[in-house]
Order: sequence, then C-alpha cells, then structure tokens
Amino acid sequence: MTTTLLYDGSLNGLLTTIFIIYDHKIKSPIISKASKTQKNLFDGMEVITTDIDKAKRVWNRFESLCNYRDSHQVYCAFLSEINGIENTIYEYIKSTFQKQKTPSGDFTNPSVLKIAQAAKMVGREKHRMEAFVRFHLIDEKTYYANIEPDFNVLPLITKHFKNRYADQNWVIYDLSRNYGISYDQNIVQEVYIDFKTPKGQRGILNTTATSNKNNIELTTGFQEKENNYRDLWNQYFQSTNIKSRKNLKLHVQHVPKRYWKYLSEKL
Amino acid sequence: MNYERIKEKLEILADAAKYDVSCSSSGSKRQNKNKGLGDSSGMGICHTHTEDGRCVSLLKILLTNVCIFDCAYCVTRKSNDIKRAAFTVQEVVDLTINFYRRNYIEGLFLSSGIFKSPDATMERLIRVAKKLREEENFNGYIHLKSIPGASDELMQEAGLYADRLSVNIEIPTKAGLKLLAPDKDHKDFIKPMKAVQNSIQIYKSEKKLIKNTPIYAPAGQSTQMIVGATGESDRDIMYSANFFYNKFQMKRVYYSGYIPVANDSRLPAIGTEVPMMRENRLYQTDWLLRFYGFNIQEILNETHQNLDMDIDPKLSWALRNLDQFPIDINKADKRMIARVPGIGMRSVGKIIRARRYRKLNWQHLKAIGISMNRSKYFMTCDSRDFETRDLTSSKIKNLIMLNSNSKYHKNFNNQLNLFS
Repeated sequence: MTTTLLYDGSLNGLLTTIFIIYDHKIKSPIISKASKTQKNLFDGMEVITTDIDKAKRVWNRFESLCNYRDSHQVYCAFLSEINGIENTIYEYIKSTFQKQKTPSGDFTNPSVLKIAQAAKMVGREKHRMEAFVRFHLIDEKTYYANIEPDFNVLPLITKHFKNRYADQNWVIYDLSRNYGISYDQNIVQEVYIDFKTPKGQRGILNTTATSNKNNIELTTGFQEKENNYRDLWNQYFQSTNIKSRKNLKLHVQHVPKRYWKYLSEKL
Repeated sequence: MNYERIKEKLEILADAAKYDVSCSSSGSKRQNKNKGLGDSSGMGICHTHTEDGRCVSLLKILLTNVCIFDCAYCVTRKSNDIKRAAFTVQEVVDLTINFYRRNYIEGLFLSSGIFKSPDATMERLIRVAKKLREEENFNGYIHLKSIPGASDELMQEAGLYADRLSVNIEIPTKAGLKLLAPDKDHKDFIKPMKAVQNSIQIYKSEKKLIKNTPIYAPAGQSTQMIVGATGESDRDIMYSANFFYNKFQMKRVYYSGYIPVANDSRLPAIGTEVPMMRENRLYQTDWLLRFYGFNIQEILNETHQNLDMDIDPKLSWALRNLDQFPIDINKADKRMIARVPGIGMRSVGKIIRARRYRKLNWQHLKAIGISMNRSKYFMTCDSRDFETRDLTSSKIKNLIMLNSNSKYHKNFNNQLNLFS
C-alpha cells in the first residue's frame, strides 16, 4: 500500500517529508503538494508540518555528499514544479545516501536523467527571463516588470539582476505565482502586491496596485518619456530586421508566443 | 532630447548597421564595479529575436552612414542615393544607458561609415565608449568597430574601453577585394587587427605581474566575411577563417550570406536569394574546427573544394572516411566519439560520464538524446543488434536522408531520386 505525504510546497517542506520517510520507515511513499491533491479514500494520507531543523539535517547531509553543481541541479529541478518531481528528488537523495555519493552522471538511471532534464528546462527558463524582463519606469526612480515564467525562477534570477542593476530600484513580479522581488539599491526582498485588475487583464501597462504589504507604491500609467523609450525600442526592433531573410519559424522558436504579452516590441 | 528626430536617426542608422552579423555579448570579464550600472561577466543574453530569426543582444547602430568609400557590396557606399544621418556622441550614450536600464540590451555595438578620415572616425567611436565607461560608470558590453586604416595609438586606446573590437574583412580573397572595393587595401584591414592583438598580449602578460593592470578588450576580436558575392569557394572562405583563428586568435569569424543591395554587374542581382543554407554549412564547419577537434584539411581540400549542401559537414567527412568506423561507444576516446555524426559535444560529455556506471546500449543512447538516425551506422554499443550490412557511403547517405526531416529537404528530393 502506498502512503501519500502532503507537504506545503516549499523546499523545506519536501526535505522535512524526506526526513519523515526515513524516520517512520515509510514504504512506497507518494509525495505531493497539499494544495494540489484530492482526497484518496483507500490510501493512507499524512500531512507533513514543515520543520526547518529536520529539513536542514537532510539538506546538509546531502550537500556534504555532492558538489555544488549536483545540489544546485536538484534545487533547480525542485523549482520546476513538474508533477511527480518530488518523488524523483526523493529517489535521487535516497540513492545518494545509500551509496554515500551522488549518482550524478549516471544518465542510464531514470531519476538522474529526469533531474538533469528538469534542471535544464529550469535553467533555460531562467535564462529566458534574464532576457525577456522589460523594465518600465513607473515613477521617478522605480523600474517595474511583470513576468509569467513557466517555472518558479525568481530565486534564480535575483543575483543576476542585483549585480547588473546595482544603482536603480527595481521590481520584478511573477504574476502567475503572485509574488515578486524588489531591490532598493541595497537588498533584494520578496514582495506581494494586491492588484486592482483581475489576473488575466494585466498587461505590461497595467501595474496599478491598491495596497501592499511591503510598502511599494505602484502608480498608474507611465510618463510620456517612458512611452518614448518604448517607442524607440520598437523602432529599433523594426529597423534591425532584414526582410529578405524572413524566417518566422525560427523567430517563434526563440521568442515563443506565450511571452509576447510582456514584450513591448511584440505587442 | 528631440524624440522625433532621434527616432528618425535610429531608423536610418540601425537599418544601415544590421548587415553586421556579430551579435555576441559573452566572453567579457567586466564585473559591476562601485555599484555602477551593468555587468558583463556572465553569459551572453539574446534579449529578443527579429522576424528573420537573428538575435538582438546589443544596440547595433552606426554613428553615421556618411562614408568616403565606395565599396560595391555596402549599402552606405558613397555613390548610393540614400538618406544620411549622424548621431552625436551624447545621443548614443543616452540611448544606450536608457535601453540598458530597461533590460532591452546587453550593451552597445557601435560602427560607423568613414567620414573625413579613418582616424577622425575611430576617435569619435572611442569618445562614445570613453564617456559610457568614465562618466556613466557603465559596465555593460561594448563592441567597437576597428576602422581600417586607423592608427595603432587609437586602436590601443579603443581596447581600454571596449570589450570586443572587430574589423570586417568582408571579402575573403584579395582578388575579390580589388574588384569590389578598389579604394581599400588588404593591409588596412590587417593593421588594426595586429595592433589589437599585440595590445591584448601585452596587457595579459602585464596582468600576471601587476594585478591592477586595466583589462584590455577582454572579449577579444572578431571579423566577418561576406559569402556568395564574388564566387569564392567554401575552401577559400574556410581557409581564410582558419588563418584568422590561428594568426590573430580571433574569438569568432562570422559568415554573412550576401544580401543584394545594389544593381552592379560585379555582384548578384537584387532579388537573388540569400545563400542561407551555405551560410549554415559554413558555421557548422566553423564549429567542427573550434569545438570538435577537426582540422580544416580534413573537411575541405584540393579534391573537396565545396561543402555538401544536402548533408552536414561532419556526416560528409564520416562518409568519406568509413574506414575509421564503426567505433565502440563504450571504449572509444572522446575525440572519436565527437566525430560520430549525430553526436554533439554535450552528448559526448554525457556518454563519457554515463559509461562509467555501466555499458551503454541503444535505449540508453536514445534516452541521452543523440540522433540515432545519423549515428547508428557509425557505432556499436552493448547490444547484438547493429548494422551488419556492408553499406557503401552513398547507400548510407540515402538511408539517412530518407528518414531525416530537414527544413531544406524540399531542395534535395529530386537529387535523391536521381541517384538512388
């Protein structure tokens, strides 16, 4: 019989769950997010309460057995939020504990291959977001961008934007996961915004907010100067295209349509 | 800033700069310093792609499209009747900074038509870069064009502000250059390359002794050649590319299929199709030289002057060298695995790591993600099932092409039927 273990969706939650599996000697567990699971009458079901200490014990041991590249790969795979990735991560960590070293590079092992592939997908999305974020100056000094990435990549892109835009205030907001990161030229913080407009209707221009927890005031509309720069960028995008080499298939492959609504040049 | 005027200039000067294909923004080691703007120490980023599928990573513009030269292949040639415009130094700086702050671009690619003299032009380009670095504390990527004929002192200065410098030799053969650009001298292209290469070496060796030596053109040099304008062979192109890689330690040589921009009897007529396929094959060859350990003579030589258009150059090489195959994927060294058609360098790395754990069979190889259609004729693995027929090169080629799905396929169907 399988046991379904429900965790809160955080990495610490997953690691706590793995701790509990060892602690309670649970055979054939199915790890799943509490928010995503429906009640199953026949199997056992257990809700896991996240415990930072337990999570740390699992992670520290795991990290001590592998190099940074391997543990980062597992972290990236976790951020993919792919269905069933929790069990793959569990298999991977279990195998690491058993053999006292990571199975990294054993691509004939399905869970190793899956972790590598998931991490690759997340890495690609991270890179895309570094490219596709389009900042708009929404007041005198704050640059704001909406994104809707396929995976939860905000934790991965923080460092890149912090290093690059060290002298400006910026906010990048993940609309599909409803949280953002904000930088005040000093530190990067997580922020939440209560939007006036419903989810489907927020384009790049629609950044109006009523109230928010971390004191970021978002004002309506743009200054005229801002529209000018957007316009100049669109002009540049048009002028740099070579018509006799038109290749729309390649274009869409590199700039998939799902990202267009936040790219000012594609609107 | 007069926005309407800037927009008009941008239209003219971005349009004129787009035939420069270099778009890379990687390879620099310039980190953000003193909490300024920008950082170009990471990998390159393509911020968007135009409808022709080419990436946009830098603001690629000309300072001016006024030019005293009359090169037949160039849009901005003196005799061409087009609108002329020029940016001021401050305008370029403002555009770059404001585009960069909005995460539109990785930096600036600044080129120019040659007004007055090569030195006057080069000096103006340097002023833009200097202003960005010193007044705006800008650490993004800057690619400056080395103007053919500019003095060594100016080239030396340019590298202090730019991440990459490039001179486009454009025409791969000396005879072609004489025909299409009679006022230009082959030596003028080589001179700035030499100056930059010398400075790179000097600064590198000094850096070893004195830590705070400034960085000099950290992303190196590149160049570009036009393909299909003067009837040169693939061998001519790749041999001169190879010369630039070896002699000047070029980071990249770009190949640009000639886009007809003039009615000139010396050149393909307007409306002639851009040789994109050929361009693609040249890039594949370039990659084989730089990453796969191939020697240029193996791919192009006296008996084999042009690349096959219907198959990639690695497959073409393998078919000419069937005596070296099949290889045992579980035993062969890295060099030979990299030579199997259908296996890229990423897969080579994966195969080598994975075979430490167990012997690989077809299923494993497929899961790793190599192209079985091309590779299966050239290797054996941990399986009894392998190609046992003694196939000839042309037979293998036909089998592969029957099962492949190239976007260029339509061009070759007829040939296939003819020879099979």
